[in-house]
Amino acid sequence: MGAPAPVADGLFVWPSDEPRLIGGRCPACGTTTFPRQAGCPRCGAQPLEERLLSPRGRLWAWTTQEFPPPSPPYAGARGPDFRPFAVGYVELPGELRVEARLTEHRPERLRIGMEMELAVVPFGTDDAGQEVVTFAFRPVDEAVSP
Amino acid sequence: MSTDVAIAGVGLHPFGRFPGVPALQMAADAVRAALADAGMVWGDVQVAFAGSYEVDNPDAVVSLLGLTGIPFTDVYNGCATAASALDMAANMIRLGAADVALALGVDKHERGAFSADPLEYGCPSWYGTVGHFITTKFFGMKINRYMHDHGISMETLARVAAKNYRNGVLNPNAFRRKALSEEEILASPMLNYPLTQYMFCSPDEGAAAVLLCKAELASQYAARPIYLRASTVRTRRFGAFEVHSPWLPLESADGPTVHASRAAYEMAGVEPTDVDVAQLQDTDAGAEVIHMAENGLCADGEQEALVADGATEIGGRLPVNTDGGLIANGEPIGASGLRQIHELVLQLRGTAGDRQVPGEPTVGYAQLYGAPGTAGVSIVST
Repeated sequence: MGAPAPVADGLFVWPSDEPRLIGGRCPACGTTTFPRQAGCPRCGAQPLEERLLSPRGRLWAWTTQEFPPPSPPYAGARGPDFRPFAVGYVELPGELRVEARLTEHRPERLRIGMEMELAVVPFGTDDAGQEVVTFAFRPVDEAVSP
Repeated sequence: MSTDVAIAGVGLHPFGRFPGVPALQMAADAVRAALADAGMVWGDVQVAFAGSYEVDNPDAVVSLLGLTGIPFTDVYNGCATAASALDMAANMIRLGAADVALALGVDKHERGAFSADPLEYGCPSWYGTVGHFITTKFFGMKINRYMHDHGISMETLARVAAKNYRNGVLNPNAFRRKALSEEEILASPMLNYPLTQYMFCSPDEGAAAVLLCKAELASQYAARPIYLRASTVRTRRFGAFEVHSPWLPLESADGPTVHASRAAYEMAGVEPTDVDVAQLQDTDAGAEVIHMAENGLCADGEQEALVADGATEIGGRLPVNTDGGLIANGEPIGASGLRQIHELVLQLRGTAGDRQVPGEPTVGYAQLYGAPGTAGVSIVST
């Protein structure tokens, strides 16, 4: 068995010791998107150029997901194996706000404005038994107290 | 100068769970109730629009009402479906294309949060795979950020939900007719922080119908005509914080509710301070709080004091969701917005019974919002 597979191709540089999200940048108006998409949602220009996004930013909004999302489309653990997780938007300076799973799900440890960094985390195993990883953001200071 | 539009009659099939009752039967019941309310027969209806999520062809209701051959168009526009059906029916009268038009909504949902294929919402497949494609967590994030920015407390969210359950007790057509205390609401399981189970509405079943006519004809149908002064539908603009967004740009824009609302006030020629009673999309208690401000009914942050002071109660200065809203009625998507109009018409006629807003309200306001960033606003007045 080789390296774990990314949950989708073209989302983040992988495998890598310093993974980065793969975004797009509009050559006409400068808008940054994630993921890279065919056309610019602001001005309509296409194609977008590839742009590796900043691995650090600040938490802009967050919530918790305390119950399993409907499956399909959710392909993660369900039933007794489900573990609540947090989701948020992390603002990457000068780029965009990206929605991502957070490694910390305890509300008392999350606050808007805290510094976050990109992480690639286990997501599960696919039908072929291959380990799958996805992107997430973790607090830069894991030991931060509420 | 377009033709003014009056509401000739309204009808409702109760909202809730009705095992064994087909959706079209509920729809036909709502239409018959509206016809009886207006003193019309089905043959008087010249054009119709019907909204549904679960029923492919809600126009098939003609098999129960009468095959009169009228133009009958089905509408689906997310949680703004009913406002869209109403807007299109009203436009047929404004254009002079019909004297009498029907807006109908019906749905019969399974239990649990809505789901769909992310690709059909312009989202990549992986967005659903990893668990992001769910509306409830958007509402959690939006109100959590709003609370941070504008000083709204969790107690306010609980008060809003408790009010809507209380109003539902007074509404014989409501799904949830049991009062819940703020403590019970706060203690119910957390679903998407800061929103607990009892702060959310549920998908359910129901139907509602609104019969519109040219204003000049109103006196022949309705004992007390109510006029539809505005109907608007708007979608999201670049920069709005919307459901099912894998990313957001740094530049921010107002949501579609704000634009639909401004356009509706202008169309109706009224100001937010003129509104006597409002029905707002309370998918969750936080949505009602946010929508109070997005619809111009208060400034951001004022909700904390308004709710604590009881301003949004039936006897308050700005009654909101007097029939219990989505929290007490559930959300049959196609019907939800026409339930709001049904309630406003009763309130403006002064026939809302135990939940009648005192002081003879004359201006009513209704708003819908849903995925993927669509809003509808309607304004009615005596």
